Amino acid sequence: MLNAVYRLVAPRRFEVEFNDISLKAGQIIVRPTYLSICHADQRYYQGARPIEVMQKKLPMALIHEGVGEVVYDAAGTFKSGDSVIMIPNMPKEKDSIIAENYLRSSKFCASSTDGFMQEHVALDMDRVVLLDSSIDKTVAAFTELVSVSVHALRRFDMIAHQRREAVGIWGDGNLGYITAVFFKAMFPESRLYVFGVHQEKLSQFSFADETFSVTDIPADLLVDHAFECVGGDASQRAISQIIDHICPEGVVSLLGVSEYPVPINTRMVLEKGLRLFGSSRSGREDFLKTVSLYRSHPEVVGYLSNIVGAQIEIRTIADMNRAFETDIHKSIGKTIMIWNK
Amino acid sequence: MVFGVILAGGDGQSMEKAKQYMLLGSKPVLIHTVEKFYIHERLEKILVLCPQKWLKDTQEMMEKYFPSSQGRIVLVKSGDTRNETIRNAALYIEGHFGLEEDTLLVTHDSVRPFVTYRIIEENIEYGLKHGAVDTVVPASDTIVYSEDGTGITSVPKRSMMYQGQTPQTFHAKKFLELYQKLSEEEKSLLTDACKIFVLNGEKVYLAEGEIFNIKITYPYDLEVAESLMIQ
Repeated sequence: MLNAVYRLVAPRRFEVEFNDISLKAGQIIVRPTYLSICHADQRYYQGARPIEVMQKKLPMALIHEGVGEVVYDAAGTFKSGDSVIMIPNMPKEKDSIIAENYLRSSKFCASSTDGFMQEHVALDMDRVVLLDSSIDKTVAAFTELVSVSVHALRRFDMIAHQRREAVGIWGDGNLGYITAVFFKAMFPESRLYVFGVHQEKLSQFSFADETFSVTDIPADLLVDHAFECVGGDASQRAISQIIDHICPEGVVSLLGVSEYPVPINTRMVLEKGLRLFGSSRSGREDFLKTVSLYRSHPEVVGYLSNIVGAQIEIRTIADMNRAFETDIHKSIGKTIMIWNK
Repeated sequence: MVFGVILAGGDGQSMEKAKQYMLLGSKPVLIHTVEKFYIHERLEKILVLCPQKWLKDTQEMMEKYFPSSQGRIVLVKSGDTRNETIRNAALYIEGHFGLEEDTLLVTHDSVRPFVTYRIIEENIEYGLKHGAVDTVVPASDTIVYSEDGTGITSVPKRSMMYQGQTPQTFHAKKFLELYQKLSEEEKSLLTDACKIFVLNGEKVYLAEGEIFNIKITYPYDLEVAESLMIQ
């Protein structure tokens, strides 16, 4: 079946091309309904990646966060009209030790293969997760980002020692907010401190025990463990502050993406016996855990709805450009494309 | 009930030369088109109307590409004209399922394989709500009206001009009623189904098409279609 794929061919320029989806391949055919724009998509859209990366990746359909409706499932597992979350990580092998999102052979939508800006997306059975009809679709659209936080929190639970009286999250953007929301749901006994730059953004963390401006952290403030959700140019400063304020043998969970190598004060990492671990992307188990948290802690969906930003209906390529341009000018929040292609 | 009606009556010297059977990528154009309708659960049956001489081969083709269709795709003989073909579809439905007032036909050119899910969905939705639907895109070229073919009679305002595509969607019963009232001469002049509705004072609602929902008529069109495919 001919399928329209809306690919970025050059910075700020989308064009339609077609692939041929086989109805006999046993895949589920999903029609995207709500798609969410991520920083990674923006970097491609604006041409902010190095030129050799742009040349290698484009043309490519963007977007790896989204939900859709099943239109066809030859196996009959899903009904036509079922709402599903699409999993963008595509493992090509099985490994009993290494998680699917760390296997070097895995493909990832809108990075090493076309993303969800398509008329239909053909997915293997285990690349979709059924979504309760009661969950707000504008929130469900960015479940992938949420699952990255949940993935890091699950790993934190396995790695960090059991003294978790006070935990700090550095970063007042979307990732920091989501990680904070789910930390509170998963570790309700711990005190949560959030560290950020913008007072108006910090005021959104109403559920945190305390928030601090990074320019005004009490010298004697200590946390048992920390999450770095900053990324970019400010990564170095955030990690440096964490090392200053973390107790010995604490765990530092790194989540912020930086284009450049980040210098780290390893002397103090050694002296305090710290453990730093990185997390990136997520796998099916993380999506299932996220959806089960939506169910068991419905208040998290309410908190997540606070960061739903502009909602833009997409019927034309001009609408796609409008959504990405709108997203550039936001301060916080997720831009949602209501996909009607 | 809502039926997909694929108009594949185009004749050629041989099946290979008829546009609907030409290969686009690895599959015949007709198969690409039927696939777009096949995944629409709201379509009870998909009627494929083709010339008598190719009914058997087309049936085999459908069995090959849709092995588990369980009778959802039905082959019916096409007529001598487009509207006769639609009439055959309506009469087939009348004979096998009965015609209700709201029995809806979503008619589509077999040689427009780039039709999208949204276009079909909106045809069904507007058809159920308004009765008759035509799929159009705003005219990008200036349309020039000439009565004698040698000079301009008028130049209509472009913003009010649209180019017709398919699907065209309407109630089967209403179509038969209007079509049977036409004289033989009128039948030969009215080649467009929606025009029959308009001339009888019936409102035909517009559905938004896509520029790429092209009709593969000439060899050039097939080259354009191939160039749109991801290599």
